[in-house]
Amino acid sequence: MSQLANELKTEIIKALNLEGVSPEDIENDAPLFGEGLGLDSIDALELIVLLDKNYGIKIDSAADGKAVFHSISSMVAYIESKK
Amino acid sequence: MVLAEIIQPSFLVQPNMKVYINGIGSVNAQQAGYTDNFLTEIQQTEQHSIRSIEPDYKAFINPTLIRRMGRIIKMGVASAKMCLNDAGVEQPDAILTGTGLGCIEDTEKFLGAIIQNNEQFLTPTSFIQSTHNTVGGQIALMLGCNNYNFTYVHRAFSFESCVQDAMMLLAEKAEQNVLLGGVDELTVNSLKLIERLGQLKNHPITSLNLLNYKTRGSIAGEGANFFVFSTKHTESSYAQLLGCKMLYKPENTEEITESLQQFLQQNKVQASDIDLVLYGYNGDVKYDRLYTEVKDKLLSKSSVAYFKHLCGEYHTSNSFAYLLAAHILKTKSVSPSILLDDKKRLVKTILIYNHYRGINHTFSLLKAC
Amino acid sequence: MTDRVVVTGIGIISAIGKNTDESLQHFRSATSGIGAITQIDTIHKTNLPVAEVKYSNRELLNLLNIANKKCNYTRTSLLGMFAAKQALESAGIHSVKKKKTGLVSANSVGGMDKSEVFYATFLGHPKKGKISNIVGHDCGDSTEHIADYLGIKEQVTTLSTACSSSANAIMLGSRLIQHGLLDRVIVVGCDSLTKFTINGFNTLLIFDKEACRPFDATRNGLNLGEGAGYIVLESEKSAVESGKKIRGILSGFANANDAYHQTASSPDGNGAYLAMSQALSMSNLQPNQIDYINVHGTATQNNDLSEGIAMKRIFGETVPRFSSTKSFTGHTLGAAGGIEAVFSIMALEQQLIYPNLRFKTPIPELQLIPETKLIEGAGIKHILSNSFGFGGNNSTLIFSAA
Repeated sequence: MSQLANELKTEIIKALNLEGVSPEDIENDAPLFGEGLGLDSIDALELIVLLDKNYGIKIDSAADGKAVFHSISSMVAYIESKK
Repeated sequence: MVLAEIIQPSFLVQPNMKVYINGIGSVNAQQAGYTDNFLTEIQQTEQHSIRSIEPDYKAFINPTLIRRMGRIIKMGVASAKMCLNDAGVEQPDAILTGTGLGCIEDTEKFLGAIIQNNEQFLTPTSFIQSTHNTVGGQIALMLGCNNYNFTYVHRAFSFESCVQDAMMLLAEKAEQNVLLGGVDELTVNSLKLIERLGQLKNHPITSLNLLNYKTRGSIAGEGANFFVFSTKHTESSYAQLLGCKMLYKPENTEEITESLQQFLQQNKVQASDIDLVLYGYNGDVKYDRLYTEVKDKLLSKSSVAYFKHLCGEYHTSNSFAYLLAAHILKTKSVSPSILLDDKKRLVKTILIYNHYRGINHTFSLLKAC
Repeated sequence: MTDRVVVTGIGIISAIGKNTDESLQHFRSATSGIGAITQIDTIHKTNLPVAEVKYSNRELLNLLNIANKKCNYTRTSLLGMFAAKQALESAGIHSVKKKKTGLVSANSVGGMDKSEVFYATFLGHPKKGKISNIVGHDCGDSTEHIADYLGIKEQVTTLSTACSSSANAIMLGSRLIQHGLLDRVIVVGCDSLTKFTINGFNTLLIFDKEACRPFDATRNGLNLGEGAGYIVLESEKSAVESGKKIRGILSGFANANDAYHQTASSPDGNGAYLAMSQALSMSNLQPNQIDYINVHGTATQNNDLSEGIAMKRIFGETVPRFSSTKSFTGHTLGAAGGIEAVFSIMALEQQLIYPNLRFKTPIPELQLIPETKLIEGAGIKHILSNSFGFGGNNSTLIFSAA
């Protein structure tokens, strides 16, 4: 879990250009959207591509992505369920 | 109120309406931002392009917005914010943006990704940001501004189309503050293309000697220059804008001088009243000829000045000339770095004459206020 | 600004035909122009339907009688030249020199159709790539080609505000006339399909893999289209003087900004609400005087809901009859406002309301039902047309019968 979580945090910071944020700043269970990291719908689309490109996992619509991208923990759980 | 009674085909302010430049914001190649000591220290280069000196954008743009912004968007949004601060205006009544090429960095990024990944694994950010009205949209978003928001994208008419629209807006409803600006960016690839199109000098240069070579080509530039126009004279007023006119594809010099004469008449200004002319001389011997011919025919009494050695050539470079003219009229001083003669007239009225490759010609008249 | 601005000519080319007659036939037979990609080399050829103009660039050159010219026109220029010329002819203008005539054009991606061909070579080999493929990249290029083709010199400019571009061009054209700067303006816009926009909108996951269903509960995104729509605006005085037939009156317009998000519309449709209400107020019309709304209606989840909410805020429970003609033409981006302005004039002249194809079930939150069948003899005097774009750019035009 923690290795994948850290990997994801680094990838997200890079993909979303989160300047000044380090992996340690992102808590595993904290919401990524709205409050928390303050991500929005465009970021959700970026994350969909990130999962496809780096993990070969396809999500077809932004609505489906909502639950998956709730937090780092939910993303990790989703990726592991698809392995 | 209707703009044109006396006037056509240019557009002018009605005799009883005055338009003032009440705020300036800029990201340019001469200093980070714009301050009173503009041009006291001149930046020069031996490169064939002049890039903007970028300020610390975080001072002007919310960090959550900034992370997606390409350079042109940061330049545009920051100079818009500086400009509103300068004018003491929180919410403009309209936002007008002029850009010749728009967000080319993001355009190239997305195009590159399409080509390199064969249309797969594409992400939306650069596509979204590549849209031509991103600067104007982001300014509105930053300010929460629901008002009129137009983006003009017509080569060297882009900024002047904003000026035209601003004057119409002010004539339609008094007491408004219109935010307008010109913005363009250079990228590594766009510079390569400008070079391949033969628009750069093909020999070593120093930017301050730009007019001495008498060869083809120029130096490329970029920047963002924003203004607040209003009908109200305030303590922060820099200058009064009398009028602006666009002339498309004149066939010969006579057509240019005729059009200019008409423009001056409409503004009730004699050629001899013009203390200084800011020409768009860019060092390209093929096109600079037109400035000299118009100067010799019509404007021989005025001081001769130029600006593209300070900002480079770009579609909205005339917005830099507006900044320069406003600065001269407010500070009542002319930097020797822009003068091509020693007439040393006291400068109260400035004409800006710019053209892009002999196609898009523009005249603008500014006056001390 | 008392002199009214009227429409005296219209010209159109889109996936449903190269003139108004062909477009009308498509409306009457409920035949949409949406189908497979044939003109662009893309991996999405088989999975993304679009609404293409059914002519190659070569065929367009022939239609324009300029096949022998050496110029490397972009598709955007060709579409624009075609529709603009048609508009001029339909207004009976033989010489643009007789009156002060301007051109205000709009597009969203300029000459991208050629730029993407150029970049495919240039990116790997900076000294290669056919240079004439990049000179038309900027949005002003097509405008200057159209101006030169029509012989217009007086005023030439270009607007680009994404999908509201050409609605805004109409506003500018009208204001240039109202300020007495021009007597007449050929105005609006063109856009061609490109790999760039196909892939761009695809990243937003807002494409329907089937033909789009505007305002339907099951709508699943838009289809891109291409084309051009131009109208000739004249001051009423100028039109009457020259004995022109007045085809419609531009009685109101407004542009407002949603200031909510770079691409998404706000949940309360604030920008759309402001644009519609300000346009109504300019036209001195009450909401209940609007007889038909040509909605923006892209068929994305977000747009149709937000636009519908804004419509209800303005019109209450008695929303006028409405439809999205994008169910025929696809979303033609920068050309959309222009094409839909032409459709609005046609609707006033023919007294038609166009069907909103493929609608079955209303959006639960809205319960709004568009017109699904063509209505003849519709008794319409005032049409409201919406165009919304990225950057929160929302525009409304109101056209009234002459």
